[in-house]
Amino acid sequence: MNVVIMGCGRVGAQLAGMLDANGHRVTVLDLDSYSFRRLPSGYRGTALIGNGLDEEHLKRAGIEEADVFVAVTQGDNRNLMACQIARHNFNVKKVICRIYDPLRQELYATLGIESVSSTTVVAELLKTKIEG
Amino acid sequence: MYIIVIGGGRVGYYLSRALLAEGHEVLILEKDARVCQGIADELGSVCLRGDGCEVATLIEAGTERADMLIAVTGDDADNLIACQLAKHQFKVSRTISRISNPRNEALFRKLGVDVTVSATNIILENIEIEVPTHPLTHLLTLASRGLEIIEVKIPPTSSAAGKTLGMLSLPPDSVLSLVLRRGVQPFVPDGNTIFQPGDEVIAVTRPESEEAIRIALRGS
Repeated sequence: MNVVIMGCGRVGAQLAGMLDANGHRVTVLDLDSYSFRRLPSGYRGTALIGNGLDEEHLKRAGIEEADVFVAVTQGDNRNLMACQIARHNFNVKKVICRIYDPLRQELYATLGIESVSSTTVVAELLKTKIEG
Repeated sequence: MYIIVIGGGRVGYYLSRALLAEGHEVLILEKDARVCQGIADELGSVCLRGDGCEVATLIEAGTERADMLIAVTGDDADNLIACQLAKHQFKVSRTISRISNPRNEALFRKLGVDVTVSATNIILENIEIEVPTHPLTHLLTLASRGLEIIEVKIPPTSSAAGKTLGMLSLPPDSVLSLVLRRGVQPFVPDGNTIFQPGDEVIAVTRPESEEAIRIALRGS
Protein backbone atom coordinates (compact mmCIF):
# COMPACT_ATOMS: atom_id res chain seq x y z
CA MET A 1 0.00 0.00 0.00
CA ASN A 2 0.98 3.61 -0.54
CA VAL A 3 0.73 5.45 2.76
CA VAL A 4 1.14 9.17 3.44
CA ILE A 5 1.69 10.11 7.08
CA MET A 6 1.35 13.74 8.18
CA GLY A 7 3.42 14.50 11.27
CA CYS A 8 6.70 12.86 12.19
CA GLY A 9 6.40 12.96 15.94
CA ARG A 10 6.90 9.87 18.09
CA VAL A 11 3.73 8.19 16.83
CA GLY A 12 4.22 9.20 13.21
CA ALA A 13 7.85 8.08 13.10
CA GLN A 14 7.17 4.77 14.79
CA LEU A 15 4.19 4.04 12.54
CA ALA A 16 6.25 4.94 9.45
CA GLY A 17 9.00 2.57 10.56
CA MET A 18 6.55 -0.28 11.21
CA LEU A 19 4.71 0.09 7.89
CA ASP A 20 7.99 0.42 6.01
CA ALA A 21 9.29 -2.77 7.66
CA ASN A 22 6.14 -4.55 6.46
CA GLY A 23 6.92 -3.57 2.87
CA HIS A 24 4.55 -0.64 2.34
CA ARG A 25 5.54 2.50 0.43
CA VAL A 26 5.59 5.22 3.07
CA THR A 27 5.98 9.00 2.83
CA VAL A 28 6.20 11.07 6.03
CA LEU A 29 5.44 14.77 5.89
CA ASP A 30 6.56 17.23 8.57
CA LEU A 31 7.11 20.99 8.77
CA ASP A 32 10.43 20.51 10.55
CA SER A 33 13.26 18.41 9.14
CA TYR A 34 14.55 17.93 12.70
CA SER A 35 11.57 15.65 13.36
CA PHE A 36 12.92 13.12 10.88
CA ARG A 37 15.65 12.14 13.38
CA ARG A 38 12.97 10.01 15.04
CA LEU A 39 12.67 7.70 12.02
CA PRO A 40 14.32 4.31 12.62
CA SER A 41 17.78 3.89 11.08
CA GLY A 42 16.67 1.27 8.55
CA TYR A 43 13.78 3.40 7.20
CA ARG A 44 13.64 3.18 3.39
CA GLY A 45 10.59 5.36 2.80
CA THR A 46 10.44 9.06 1.94
CA ALA A 47 10.71 11.92 4.41
CA LEU A 48 9.46 15.22 3.03
CA ILE A 49 9.43 18.71 4.52
CA GLY A 50 5.99 20.17 3.92
CA ASN A 51 2.64 21.30 5.21
CA GLY A 52 -0.17 18.75 5.10
CA LEU A 53 -2.71 21.56 4.72
CA ASP A 54 -1.13 22.66 1.45
CA GLU A 55 -2.42 20.76 -1.57
CA GLU A 56 0.81 21.29 -3.51
CA HIS A 57 2.82 19.72 -0.70
CA LEU A 58 0.37 16.83 -0.47
CA LYS A 59 0.73 16.22 -4.21
CA ARG A 60 4.49 16.17 -3.84
CA ALA A 61 4.06 13.61 -1.10
CA GLY A 62 2.19 11.42 -3.59
CA ILE A 63 -1.31 11.84 -2.18
CA GLU A 64 -2.82 11.21 -5.62
CA GLU A 65 -1.55 7.63 -5.57
CA ALA A 66 -2.04 7.08 -1.84
CA ASP A 67 -4.25 4.26 -0.53
CA VAL A 68 -4.11 5.55 3.02
CA PHE A 69 -3.66 8.98 4.60
CA VAL A 70 -2.90 9.26 8.33
CA ALA A 71 -2.77 12.55 10.26
CA VAL A 72 -0.84 12.43 13.54
CA THR A 73 0.35 15.98 14.22
CA GLN A 74 -0.07 17.61 17.63
CA GLY A 75 -3.11 19.61 16.51
CA ASP A 76 -6.56 18.04 16.34
CA ASN A 77 -7.79 20.79 14.04
CA ARG A 78 -4.88 20.52 11.64
CA ASN A 79 -5.29 16.75 11.57
CA LEU A 80 -8.98 16.91 10.82
CA MET A 81 -8.61 19.60 8.16
CA ALA A 82 -5.84 17.66 6.41
CA CYS A 83 -7.92 14.47 6.52
CA GLN A 84 -10.84 16.25 4.91
CA ILE A 85 -8.59 17.59 2.15
CA ALA A 86 -7.31 14.04 1.55
CA ARG A 87 -10.83 12.64 1.51
CA HIS A 88 -12.70 15.29 -0.47
CA ASN A 89 -10.07 16.80 -2.77
CA PHE A 90 -7.93 13.72 -3.43
CA ASN A 91 -10.44 10.90 -2.87
CA VAL A 92 -8.08 8.87 -0.70
CA LYS A 93 -9.96 5.69 0.20
CA LYS A 94 -8.81 5.29 3.78
CA VAL A 95 -8.27 8.36 5.90
CA ILE A 96 -7.38 8.06 9.57
CA CYS A 97 -7.02 10.83 12.12
CA ARG A 98 -5.43 10.81 15.57
CA ILE A 99 -7.53 12.83 17.98
CA TYR A 100 -6.95 14.10 21.53
CA ASP A 101 -10.41 15.46 22.39
CA PRO A 102 -12.59 12.32 22.62
CA LEU A 103 -15.79 14.40 22.82
CA ARG A 104 -15.29 15.25 19.20
CA GLN A 105 -15.14 11.70 17.90
CA GLU A 106 -18.80 11.82 16.89
CA LEU A 107 -18.10 14.73 14.57
CA TYR A 108 -15.32 12.79 12.87
CA ALA A 109 -17.71 9.94 12.15
CA THR A 110 -20.26 12.41 10.76
CA LEU A 111 -17.61 13.81 8.46
CA GLY A 112 -16.63 10.33 7.27
CA ILE A 113 -13.18 10.36 8.85
CA GLU A 114 -11.97 7.35 10.78
CA SER A 115 -10.38 8.36 14.06
CA VAL A 116 -8.35 6.96 16.91
CA SER A 117 -8.55 8.80 20.21
CA SER A 118 -5.19 8.40 21.88
CA THR A 119 -6.67 9.88 25.07
CA THR A 120 -9.34 7.17 25.35
CA VAL A 121 -7.06 4.34 24.27
CA VAL A 122 -4.36 5.18 26.82
CA ALA A 123 -6.87 5.83 29.61
CA GLU A 124 -8.52 2.48 29.03
CA LEU A 125 -5.20 0.63 28.94
CA LEU A 126 -4.19 2.26 32.21
CA LYS A 127 -7.52 1.40 33.79
CA THR A 128 -7.13 -2.25 32.75
CA LYS A 129 -3.63 -2.36 34.22
CA ILE A 130 -4.83 -0.88 37.49
CA GLU A 131 -7.93 -3.02 37.86
CA GLY A 132 -6.17 -6.10 36.51
CA MET B 1 -30.03 36.83 17.57
CA TYR B 2 -27.61 34.85 19.70
CA ILE B 3 -24.22 34.96 17.95
CA ILE B 4 -21.07 33.16 19.08
CA VAL B 5 -17.76 34.65 17.98
CA ILE B 6 -14.68 32.42 18.05
CA GLY B 7 -11.48 34.39 18.65
CA GLY B 8 -11.14 37.63 20.62
CA GLY B 9 -8.38 39.26 18.58
CA ARG B 10 -8.82 42.58 16.85
CA VAL B 11 -11.31 41.21 14.32
CA GLY B 12 -13.30 39.39 17.00
CA TYR B 13 -13.33 42.43 19.27
CA TYR B 14 -14.52 44.97 16.71
CA LEU B 15 -17.00 42.52 15.19
CA SER B 16 -18.51 41.79 18.60
CA ARG B 17 -18.68 45.48 19.46
CA ALA B 18 -20.61 46.12 16.24
CA LEU B 19 -22.94 43.17 16.80
CA LEU B 20 -23.62 44.26 20.39
CA ALA B 21 -24.40 47.78 19.18
CA GLU B 22 -26.99 46.28 16.83
CA GLY B 23 -28.65 44.71 19.85
CA HIS B 24 -27.57 41.09 19.37
CA GLU B 25 -26.66 38.74 22.16
CA VAL B 26 -22.97 38.01 21.65
CA LEU B 27 -20.54 35.63 23.32
CA ILE B 28 -16.84 35.59 22.43
CA LEU B 29 -14.82 32.42 23.02
CA GLU B 30 -11.15 33.20 23.55
CA LYS B 31 -8.35 30.89 24.72
CA ASP B 32 -6.10 33.56 26.21
CA ALA B 33 -7.20 34.63 29.72
CA ARG B 34 -5.57 38.05 29.46
CA VAL B 35 -7.22 38.85 26.12
CA CYS B 36 -10.50 37.68 27.62
CA GLN B 37 -10.09 39.99 30.61
CA GLY B 38 -9.31 42.91 28.30
CA ILE B 39 -12.54 42.34 26.39
CA ALA B 40 -14.52 42.01 29.62
CA ASP B 41 -13.13 45.38 30.79
CA GLU B 42 -14.22 47.09 27.59
CA LEU B 43 -17.43 45.34 26.55
CA GLY B 44 -18.72 43.78 29.78
CA SER B 45 -19.10 40.10 30.48
CA VAL B 46 -19.37 38.87 26.90
CA CYS B 47 -16.21 36.75 26.80
CA LEU B 48 -15.86 33.15 27.90
CA ARG B 49 -12.36 31.81 28.28
CA GLY B 50 -12.03 28.57 26.38
CA ASP B 51 -11.23 26.80 23.14
CA GLY B 52 -14.01 27.27 20.59
CA CYS B 53 -12.95 24.02 18.94
CA GLU B 54 -13.64 22.01 22.08
CA VAL B 55 -17.04 20.44 22.53
CA ALA B 56 -17.05 21.10 26.29
CA THR B 57 -16.55 24.83 25.75
CA LEU B 58 -19.22 24.99 23.08
CA ILE B 59 -21.68 23.21 25.40
CA GLU B 60 -20.88 25.71 28.15
CA ALA B 61 -21.49 28.53 25.69
CA GLY B 62 -24.97 27.21 24.93
CA THR B 63 -24.14 26.68 21.28
CA GLU B 64 -27.25 24.59 20.65
CA ARG B 65 -29.39 27.72 20.93
CA ALA B 66 -27.05 29.92 18.86
CA ASP B 67 -28.41 31.35 15.61
CA MET B 68 -24.99 31.96 14.16
CA LEU B 69 -21.34 31.15 14.79
CA ILE B 70 -18.59 33.34 13.37
CA ALA B 71 -15.00 32.05 13.54
CA VAL B 72 -12.43 34.82 13.17
CA THR B 73 -9.20 33.43 14.63
CA GLY B 74 -6.04 33.81 12.56
CA ASP B 75 -5.81 30.04 12.06
CA ASP B 76 -7.76 28.57 9.15
CA ALA B 77 -7.86 25.04 10.58
CA ASP B 78 -9.26 26.29 13.90
CA ASN B 79 -11.92 28.33 12.10
CA LEU B 80 -12.95 25.39 9.94
CA ILE B 81 -13.31 22.95 12.81
CA ALA B 82 -15.22 25.43 14.99
CA CYS B 83 -17.70 25.96 12.14
CA GLN B 84 -18.02 22.24 11.45
CA LEU B 85 -18.59 21.45 15.13
CA ALA B 86 -21.25 24.16 15.32
CA LYS B 87 -22.92 22.91 12.16
CA HIS B 88 -22.84 19.16 12.70
CA GLN B 89 -22.84 18.72 16.44
CA PHE B 90 -24.91 21.72 17.54
CA LYS B 91 -27.06 22.29 14.43
CA VAL B 92 -26.23 25.98 14.21
CA SER B 93 -27.93 27.12 11.03
CA ARG B 94 -25.39 29.70 9.86
CA THR B 95 -21.62 29.55 10.15
CA ILE B 96 -19.19 32.18 8.91
CA SER B 97 -15.44 31.71 8.74
CA ARG B 98 -12.57 34.11 8.27
CA ILE B 99 -9.93 32.70 5.93
CA SER B 100 -6.29 33.74 5.77
CA ASN B 101 -5.20 31.58 2.86
CA PRO B 102 -7.43 32.37 -0.16
CA ARG B 103 -6.78 28.86 -1.46
CA ASN B 104 -8.94 27.46 1.34
CA GLU B 105 -12.07 29.24 0.17
CA ALA B 106 -13.38 26.49 -2.10
CA LEU B 107 -12.50 23.78 0.41
CA PHE B 108 -14.38 25.48 3.25
CA ARG B 109 -17.51 25.85 1.12
CA LYS B 110 -17.29 22.22 0.08
CA LEU B 111 -17.00 21.21 3.73
CA GLY B 112 -20.16 23.01 4.76
CA VAL B 113 -19.10 26.45 5.98
CA ASP B 114 -21.91 28.79 4.86
CA VAL B 115 -19.93 31.97 4.30
CA THR B 116 -16.21 32.56 3.97
CA VAL B 117 -14.49 35.92 4.22
CA SER B 118 -10.98 36.04 2.86
CA ALA B 119 -9.15 38.92 4.49
CA THR B 120 -6.24 38.52 2.09
CA ASN B 121 -8.49 38.87 -0.98
CA ILE B 122 -10.27 41.90 0.45
CA ILE B 123 -6.97 43.66 1.08
CA LEU B 124 -5.74 42.81 -2.43
CA GLU B 125 -8.95 44.10 -4.01
CA ASN B 126 -8.77 47.37 -2.10
CA ILE B 127 -5.17 47.91 -3.07
CA GLU B 128 -5.96 47.16 -6.73
CA ILE B 129 -8.57 49.93 -6.71
CA GLU B 130 -6.00 52.38 -5.35
CA VAL B 131 -3.41 51.56 -8.02
CA PRO B 132 -4.54 53.76 -10.94
CA THR B 133 -2.63 51.96 -13.66
CA HIS B 134 -4.08 48.58 -12.81
CA PRO B 135 -5.71 47.25 -16.00
CA LEU B 136 -8.45 45.27 -14.29
CA THR B 137 -10.11 45.91 -10.96
CA HIS B 138 -12.23 43.44 -9.02
CA LEU B 139 -15.22 45.34 -7.70
CA LEU B 140 -17.32 42.56 -6.23
CA THR B 141 -17.37 38.78 -6.04
CA LEU B 142 -20.71 36.97 -6.05
CA ALA B 143 -19.27 33.72 -4.77
CA SER B 144 -22.54 31.81 -4.46
CA ARG B 145 -23.17 32.27 -8.20
CA GLY B 146 -19.55 31.97 -9.30
CA LEU B 147 -19.67 35.48 -10.77
CA GLU B 148 -17.64 38.62 -10.31
CA ILE B 149 -18.01 42.25 -11.28
CA ILE B 150 -14.89 43.83 -12.71
CA GLU B 151 -13.84 47.15 -14.16
CA VAL B 152 -11.57 47.40 -17.20
CA LYS B 153 -10.11 50.65 -18.54
CA ILE B 154 -9.64 50.94 -22.28
CA PRO B 155 -6.20 52.38 -23.08
CA PRO B 156 -5.42 54.36 -26.27
CA THR B 157 -3.35 51.45 -27.52
CA SER B 158 -6.24 49.02 -27.25
CA SER B 159 -7.51 47.30 -30.37
CA ALA B 160 -11.04 47.73 -28.92
CA ALA B 161 -10.86 51.53 -29.16
CA GLY B 162 -12.95 52.68 -32.13
CA LYS B 163 -14.72 49.34 -32.43
CA THR B 164 -18.35 48.61 -31.62
CA LEU B 165 -19.36 46.18 -28.93
CA GLY B 166 -20.64 43.87 -31.69
CA MET B 167 -17.17 43.66 -33.22
CA LEU B 168 -15.48 42.43 -30.06
CA SER B 169 -15.10 38.74 -29.37
CA LEU B 170 -16.18 38.40 -25.76
CA PRO B 171 -16.47 35.19 -23.78
CA PRO B 172 -20.10 33.96 -23.90
CA ASP B 173 -20.60 33.93 -20.13
CA SER B 174 -19.77 37.62 -19.74
CA VAL B 175 -21.87 40.77 -19.95
CA LEU B 176 -20.58 44.32 -20.38
CA SER B 177 -23.10 46.13 -18.25
CA LEU B 178 -22.01 49.75 -17.95
CA VAL B 179 -19.69 52.23 -19.62
CA LEU B 180 -18.27 55.16 -17.65
CA ARG B 181 -17.13 57.88 -20.06
CA ARG B 182 -15.77 61.29 -19.20
CA GLY B 183 -18.34 64.05 -19.72
CA VAL B 184 -21.44 61.88 -20.22
CA GLN B 185 -23.82 60.00 -17.98
CA PRO B 186 -22.86 56.35 -17.40
CA PHE B 187 -24.71 54.25 -19.97
CA VAL B 188 -25.49 50.65 -20.79
CA PRO B 189 -23.66 49.64 -23.98
CA ASP B 190 -25.48 48.00 -26.87
CA GLY B 191 -24.19 46.32 -30.03
CA ASN B 192 -23.61 49.72 -31.70
CA THR B 193 -21.70 51.36 -28.86
CA ILE B 194 -18.28 52.48 -30.11
CA PHE B 195 -15.63 52.23 -27.40
CA GLN B 196 -13.27 55.13 -26.87
CA PRO B 197 -9.89 55.26 -25.18
CA GLY B 198 -10.37 56.14 -21.51
CA ASP B 199 -13.71 54.35 -21.24
CA GLU B 200 -14.14 52.40 -18.04
CA VAL B 201 -16.20 49.29 -18.64
CA ILE B 202 -18.02 47.46 -15.85
CA ALA B 203 -18.52 43.79 -16.67
CA VAL B 204 -20.14 40.78 -15.04
CA THR B 205 -18.11 37.65 -15.71
CA ARG B 206 -16.81 34.39 -14.36
CA PRO B 207 -13.31 34.29 -12.86
CA GLU B 208 -12.11 31.93 -15.59
CA SER B 209 -13.19 34.35 -18.34
CA GLU B 210 -11.52 37.36 -16.80
CA GLU B 211 -8.40 37.00 -18.93
CA ALA B 212 -10.44 36.77 -22.16
CA ILE B 213 -12.29 40.01 -21.31
CA ARG B 214 -9.04 41.74 -20.52
CA ILE B 215 -7.61 40.73 -23.89
CA ALA B 216 -10.78 41.73 -25.77
CA LEU B 217 -10.87 45.21 -24.22
CA ARG B 218 -7.17 46.00 -23.86
CA GLY B 219 -5.35 43.80 -26.35
CA SER B 220 -2.95 41.15 -25.14
